[in-house]
Amino acid sequence: MEFIDLIRKPWPWYVAGPLIGLTVPTLLLIGNKSFGISSSLRHICAACMPANIPFFQYNWKKEIWNLFFVVGVLMGGFLATTFLENPDSFQLSSATIADLKALGIRDFSGLMPADLFDAANLFTLKGLVFFVLGGFMVGFGTRWAGGCTSGHAIMGLSNLQWPSLVATCCFMVGGFAMTHLILPHLMKLF
Amino acid sequence: MQNVITPDALVCDAPNDMKKTESWTANLKYLVVGVMFGIVFVKAEIISWFRIQEMFRLQSFHMYGVIGSAIVVGMISVWLIKRFNIKTMSGETVEFHPKKFNKGQIFGGLLFGLGWAITGACPGPLFAQIGSGYVVIITTLLSAVAGTWAYGYLRNKLPH
Repeated sequence: MEFIDLIRKPWPWYVAGPLIGLTVPTLLLIGNKSFGISSSLRHICAACMPANIPFFQYNWKKEIWNLFFVVGVLMGGFLATTFLENPDSFQLSSATIADLKALGIRDFSGLMPADLFDAANLFTLKGLVFFVLGGFMVGFGTRWAGGCTSGHAIMGLSNLQWPSLVATCCFMVGGFAMTHLILPHLMKLF
Repeated sequence: MQNVITPDALVCDAPNDMKKTESWTANLKYLVVGVMFGIVFVKAEIISWFRIQEMFRLQSFHMYGVIGSAIVVGMISVWLIKRFNIKTMSGETVEFHPKKFNKGQIFGGLLFGLGWAITGACPGPLFAQIGSGYVVIITTLLSAVAGTWAYGYLRNKLPH
């Protein structure tokens, strides 16, 4: 098989996981930077609307590498989707498809369900929940927890920090609670 | 309970510990690492809302494999850097930051988890989703910025 065809197929976990893990030493060794992505959201606040809030009064310019990094992530998303797109259809576990169908999801063609993440939903109750409320909880929660999956689960656990283990467990508990206890009720609203 | 802003508030959790000043163009290194990271995100489909649902429904090992192997590789790398005192490219000692426990890791962690399952994304994948053409996710990102800002505003009133 041609190399490019191999790259275009979805990458298994044992390829993707180690590559993500290697981001930790790469950032440390090229510039003494601790891996963490949610900080970028804080830098955006500090740069654009500090509003005299002490939490946003720091030298964000020193941390501008983090903003370059997330712009890179955005560009990487574009490049992978444009030039390395998977030639086959998206393979989701049949159990998940069955569960989500029961919740009212109909379109399983893309990486994101068109039933939820469509621009047409932007100014509806659905949009309010999935874009506005969801995004707000991600931003508020990661900052309160002092990091997200990259800063705590990957960087923190790599450095054997037990507070990061607490945070990571709470991330998972929150996710399970939303998926199994709250989402079924949310989906009935629409 | 601590209701006073400590100097910790002014320290970033993913700080820049480089002592030498970097030129503006040196930042392109981090852009390149970000690009590679974004490509992995898309190719492993971990930016997918469906995959996150699959994970929280325990119906696939994929996400656990990705996160688990990333942590193992990260742990080994950090151990090697510490064990052999590997220096950065500019010859500095690599800095690590012990994380202090506070109740925010519990309350904030749970809140983030709730949002994670709704949006199907953590902060990193949000950027990759937008790059992948899900332009509407800009709304989610702006909401996440608003959430971060609201945290900064309310910080003194929240349990830590």
